[in-house]
Amino acid sequence: MVSALSAAADRACAHCGQPVPPASPGGAEFCCAGCAGAHAIISDLGLDQYYARRSLDPDLRALKPDEDGPARDFGAHVAVGRDGLAALHLMVDGLHCAACVWLIEAVLSRVPGVRWARVNMSTRRLVVKWRPGEADANALVDRVTALGYRLLPFDPAQLDQAALREEKALLRSLAVAGFAAGNIMLLSISVWAGYAQDMGAATRDLLHWISALIAIPAVGYAGRPFFASAWTAVSARRMNMDVPISLAVLLALGMSLFETANGGVHVYFDSAVTLLFFLLIGRYLDRRARRRARGAAEHLLALQASAVTVIGADGVRGLRPPAGVRPGECVLVAAGERVGVDGRVSDGVSEVETGLIDGESVPRRVAPGDPVFAGMVNLGAPIRVAVTAAGEDTLLAEIVRLMEAAERGRAEYVALADRVARLYAPAVHGLALATFLAWIALMGVSWQQALLYAIAVLIVTCPCALAIAVPAVQVIASGRLFARGVLLKSATALERLAGIDTVVFDKTGTLTKGRAELADAAEIDAEDLAHAASMAATSSHPLARALVRAAPLVPVAQGVREVPGCGLAQTTAAGEVRLGRRAWCGIDALDEGVGPELWLSRPDRAPVRFAFEDALRPDAQQVVRRLRQAGYQIRLLSGDRAPVVAAAADALGIDDFRSDCRPEDKMRFLEDLVSAGRRVLMVGDGLNDAPALAAATVSVSPASAADVSQIAADAVFQGDRLAPLCELLATARRAERIVRQNLALAFGYNALTIPLAVAGLVTPLLAAVAMSASSLLVVVNAVRAGRAGER
Amino acid sequence: MSGLLYLIPVALLLGLVGLAAFLWALKSGQFDDLDGAAHRILFDEDEDQQEERRPK
Repeated sequence: MVSALSAAADRACAHCGQPVPPASPGGAEFCCAGCAGAHAIISDLGLDQYYARRSLDPDLRALKPDEDGPARDFGAHVAVGRDGLAALHLMVDGLHCAACVWLIEAVLSRVPGVRWARVNMSTRRLVVKWRPGEADANALVDRVTALGYRLLPFDPAQLDQAALREEKALLRSLAVAGFAAGNIMLLSISVWAGYAQDMGAATRDLLHWISALIAIPAVGYAGRPFFASAWTAVSARRMNMDVPISLAVLLALGMSLFETANGGVHVYFDSAVTLLFFLLIGRYLDRRARRRARGAAEHLLALQASAVTVIGADGVRGLRPPAGVRPGECVLVAAGERVGVDGRVSDGVSEVETGLIDGESVPRRVAPGDPVFAGMVNLGAPIRVAVTAAGEDTLLAEIVRLMEAAERGRAEYVALADRVARLYAPAVHGLALATFLAWIALMGVSWQQALLYAIAVLIVTCPCALAIAVPAVQVIASGRLFARGVLLKSATALERLAGIDTVVFDKTGTLTKGRAELADAAEIDAEDLAHAASMAATSSHPLARALVRAAPLVPVAQGVREVPGCGLAQTTAAGEVRLGRRAWCGIDALDEGVGPELWLSRPDRAPVRFAFEDALRPDAQQVVRRLRQAGYQIRLLSGDRAPVVAAAADALGIDDFRSDCRPEDKMRFLEDLVSAGRRVLMVGDGLNDAPALAAATVSVSPASAADVSQIAADAVFQGDRLAPLCELLATARRAERIVRQNLALAFGYNALTIPLAVAGLVTPLLAAVAMSASSLLVVVNAVRAGRAGER
Repeated sequence: MSGLLYLIPVALLLGLVGLAAFLWALKSGQFDDLDGAAHRILFDEDEDQQEERRPK
């Protein structure tokens, strides 16, 4: 398509690595003026090593400075800390590698007055601190954005502090349990060796007492997460895995203490503490993986949020976060900008893209008096919007009400591990009681002796392997998905995904990219396209950007004016060249298409039409075919008009589709499917999908989805492709299989040890060996969930 | 066997020192950014403002 131009474009931009177009405004080495500027900043500071050190990640956004990025006042987010320094917390978008961290820190710390600049590479957050009055927040931010990164303020107090605290407490417990388990095990081995070598009773008692001294505080400290959870469950008359765990640990400790005080031979201090250590490993990994996925999901949402331009009564413009805008105020929405509020157009005529709200793929024309909603994109001229987002009649409020209704209707899903625990705990406790009674009644032993046997049963059946079996698989599977751009937000999402038999897709933005693309690029003369694209490169209108995407390497045309609401005009020697609306370009041909279009009219040449359509995602066909082959029923549910939906369904080979669905229709459709016994995966991105997402068995959103939908979804996938969805389902099925194997292994271990315990043959050595061996086996099996899976 | 009377306390004390060191490292935020710490060592150099850049 652009073969004539691509030969000249072999050179990569010295800053961002993108191809350099001919006659680039940035000169021969750079693709744009912004990159040239960034390179100059870096050179001036003597930081040229950056280019040698970095490694660009081709999957990430290129490091190209935004020339028309949304302006924002960062001053409002500055907080003065206790150390007297002003601090600004920012999220960084565009970190490619560690050299980027170094570059940002180096650039900022060279600004006079800055005392501290630190980027956390794991969380992609930046903290800058400076002496108040010596530096300016906006100037600091500009310095970094000029390099090509995007920065967003965030409030550290709003982050998931509770989860972070819990994670740290678990890690501390883990350290204490590890210390205690190691030391007690050393002492225990001496005792076990002493059985064979006639260790004196006094020495054995001494070692037992030292073990007790270590074990009691360790269990008291490291066991708290389990005791607290078990107590909550018991007081709510529920059963979870923590109940048998807490009971076994406490009983093992109590019985061992009793034995130690009476000079007994067998104590289980090592079992009690090792058990806690293993369980804490599983729980810590689980919490960390979940918090990481949630943090990444929050990061995605924050990147989407943008400021709103409010026009005050005195005509002064100010930027404010959408939440800070009050009903009755007037908001300016520039061309190409997302509408941040619900309201009515008060001034201006334009077209808005409504795909995220109702699934409609063709832009709608709005004039004064028409309603617009947060999430729509203004395609044409700037409009002023009178804010109405108040009370219960806004679209968002209604969607949220529907979502809540759908969530109430959905039966609460009980995790597999908890279902097992409900059966397992009573069985084990019954068995222990039976052992106790049987030894007294049938064998006539003393009640103390019978109690020891019963406690041994509890210790060997303690669900150590069982409690690790599920989290280990989930941690490894979710880590694998995380690396492939799928964020699991719900803890039970994998289990629910594994049982899915029906997949329901939304169309706009889910199966399609949700943005206009040039439809008939192959039929258009390359020269015409290049001319149009060179003019379009001066505009930020979505259709103009689509043209530039179709011919990315053309030089930017000079002398182009933007005529609001009409298009672009360029004055040449031969006359005026126009690129824009049909009527403005002087075309009165019959309507030949439904989609958005642009016309190029030049003096003495036939006008050229560029048609745009919301193209399918590149691998949508392939993914739908693979899903069908894997045995899933595929349905399509869209708010778009019937012909467009039918065309998409036809292209994808989906027979079962519905069009013109309103949010409540979608939700009802999903509820009917679920109540008919089907387990449904809903994939959708729009605000209108959010109630359906909440009603489905399990739901997935692309990262480009409306924020309400991302919050409702159980998992979020990133990128332009749908393939992560197949990966997600395959990983879920594989994880489910391994979880079942692990449970079988754990039960197999119990089947071996329970008869020994009931017969009174279990010694502490046997318990320690069996417990560690079964836990290891389960963990090793879980690692398989992370390997590249067969489908 | 009397050696045990001081060997065991010494062993436990050493273990406790290790535990305390870990808890201190955790509290002082050294586990907050494992990815960054692994790479940072490759880039940090003897900048003259280094001292000034540290907080406090």
